[in-house]
Amino acid sequence: MKYKLGTMAIAAIMAAGPVMADLVFPSLSYRTGPYAAGGIPFADGYQDYFTMINARDGGIGGVMTRVVECETGYNTEKGVECYEATKGEGSLVYQPLSTGITYQLIPKTTADNIPMHTMGYGRTSAANGDVFSHTFNYPANYWNGASGAIKYLLDENGGDLSGKKIALVYHNSAYGKEPIRTLEELSKKHGFELSLLPVDHPGQEQKSQWLQIRRDRPDNVIMYGWGVMNQVAVQEAANIRFPMENFIGIWWSGSENDVLAAGAAADGYKALTFHNVGSDFPVFDDIQQYVVDAGEAAGAGDQIGTVLYNRGLYAAMLAAEAARTAQGIHGVADITPAMMRDGMEALEITEARMTELGMPNFGPAFKVSCENHGGPGLVGMTQWDADTKTWSMISDFGPSDMEVIQPLIDEDSAAYAAENNIASNC
Amino acid sequence: MPEQLIFAMEVFLNGLMAGVLYALVALGFVLIFKASGIFNFAQGVMALFAALTLVGIMNGQVPFAHIINATFGTDLHYFGWTVPGLLAILLTMGMMVLLAWCVQRFVFRHLVGQEPIILFMATIGLAYFLEGVGDLMWGSDIKTLDVGLPQGINETIDEVTFGWFGYGFFIDNLDLVATLVAAILVTGLVLFAQYTKQGRAMRAVADDHQAALSVGVSLNFIWILVWSLAGFVALVAGIMWGAKSGVQFSLSLIALKALPVLMLGGFTSIPGAIVGGLIIGVGEKLFEFALGPALGGATENWFAYVLALIFLVFRPQGLFGEKIIERV
Repeated sequence: MKYKLGTMAIAAIMAAGPVMADLVFPSLSYRTGPYAAGGIPFADGYQDYFTMINARDGGIGGVMTRVVECETGYNTEKGVECYEATKGEGSLVYQPLSTGITYQLIPKTTADNIPMHTMGYGRTSAANGDVFSHTFNYPANYWNGASGAIKYLLDENGGDLSGKKIALVYHNSAYGKEPIRTLEELSKKHGFELSLLPVDHPGQEQKSQWLQIRRDRPDNVIMYGWGVMNQVAVQEAANIRFPMENFIGIWWSGSENDVLAAGAAADGYKALTFHNVGSDFPVFDDIQQYVVDAGEAAGAGDQIGTVLYNRGLYAAMLAAEAARTAQGIHGVADITPAMMRDGMEALEITEARMTELGMPNFGPAFKVSCENHGGPGLVGMTQWDADTKTWSMISDFGPSDMEVIQPLIDEDSAAYAAENNIASNC
Repeated sequence: MPEQLIFAMEVFLNGLMAGVLYALVALGFVLIFKASGIFNFAQGVMALFAALTLVGIMNGQVPFAHIINATFGTDLHYFGWTVPGLLAILLTMGMMVLLAWCVQRFVFRHLVGQEPIILFMATIGLAYFLEGVGDLMWGSDIKTLDVGLPQGINETIDEVTFGWFGYGFFIDNLDLVATLVAAILVTGLVLFAQYTKQGRAMRAVADDHQAALSVGVSLNFIWILVWSLAGFVALVAGIMWGAKSGVQFSLSLIALKALPVLMLGGFTSIPGAIVGGLIIGVGEKLFEFALGPALGGATENWFAYVLALIFLVFRPQGLFGEKIIERV
């Protein structure tokens, strides 16, 4: 009887005690609703990477990882609910995958001492780590994207854009408006004429904007769109016979979803990127072996190698590497969110390390610091081939114009610091 | 002719075409509201569901494949055949009739005599239910809809207008087809309502369902008929909008485009839906063209509602709606 009671007591303590053997990575996903087509591949890639390192490496530093998924439906209120519901699980880093949710979580994560990674979205000036202690947006942000597009056009035009007309077609939201200041500054610097064409949510009807483009005949169109806005814009561009090679989307307008509906007409469309495309990387062999063949693929397992799947995979790799860095800094395997933040701030991604991880040239090499949470802002260009239905990189990851971007980051973050009485973090 | 006037004419024509597409969505609302007094919040989702079903059938997709695979450990996604567009449309129509029967049998039959707000709330529930079922049946990915509809600039109009004005107008072939389809649809609906027994019964129910009931009209049958017709209209709208953007879950949001049309045209008038759509389409496009740049652009969404509100001030029942007089 005593033995039985003792066994029960131990079992009860084990059950009631905190789960020590997991590194928790929450995934604020959206697998339902109007933006599900974009949310699913990212969430699948994020989950599959952690499934793979659990099976292949036994987790990170000997500690297994656990992905806690919470459905936001790309809705800001639900995203905040997800954060509140999952932060108690020991969540190490949040990736809200929504600019709206990001804005809500910046003060919350700072107060709760939990880091947040907003890769290629969110508040651009969060790159200033001196002000935004818990928000990171490496390796690139919206302003790097805008600058990357102009740099690409400069390269295409022999370094001279004076007298050129460039139109920005953008989602009429905080996200879509992000590049305007940067493009206005770049317009002054390089002498091109910038026209702004907002598209209201959700963007199913864009006839007015594309009729205007047809009348104004800009040399190039840059698009900051998301969801159905992208597909309609590509179709409308094809309808008015705007040359696809002169049409550049930001990375949120550059997935298979955005071009397949337009069929052959989308051939040649370009999109910026901060990570590589396709599945021709050794890591995908491991995904196949340890995840797909083991029957552990996230979702339907049909997104592997797509642009947004790769983005989720890349985000997971960066999170895992930051966790590994944190373990090294603090000398413990079972890290806390605060330690994770330190790991993110000390993260260095080198080409050698990416090759070691089976992801050579999958993204740019970069280093994060206390002052710079945004990395160097290297962006590349991809192009869609409608025949083979594939995206391919057509430029290397190149620098953006920090001479223009850095003052904007400083100005915006200083305003945020003043509003919120934030002292220097570094 | 001044350049701006020529551009305005092009915008006007494109506004008319956009209005037809809005009207296609509004028609479904009108049909159900007219016959049953229910404002069907689920009309946009019905268009999505119909389009998803159509593409699923055409591509030979296995419905509920994720659930089947997760339950039985199979790896089924496609049957391995494709179905021609016309046959797929007929099969989808069958599906929409089945849906109408289910809606009537399992939802509204139990809500007879309830307040309109209760019925409206039921349609909200129906919208979320249908969206979920659509996701489970066919998945959330964006699907390409190809039923052979032409897209892109109409060369003839481009050439003719270029000859006249020195500037070729852009008119999308898909919009021209939508206009033709809408014309056929409205004519068909009017003829059906005027000259068939079922159509007359439908109108009788719309006028006074208790009186219709007393002369032997089956309310159940009429409501199933009306929901089926709304399902058919939803399918047409789903095809037209789905051809533009691919079939995806944001298709359900097209209902937002129909609301100002209904406010303007009236909730009970089929011609009202058409005229309302045209006024909204032209109004928002011309406003954007004339004042959009000065106001920062993206005026279309809010302007459509402002226009509808202005009409409401002067004609609360809408342009063609029935004026309700209640005596105390």
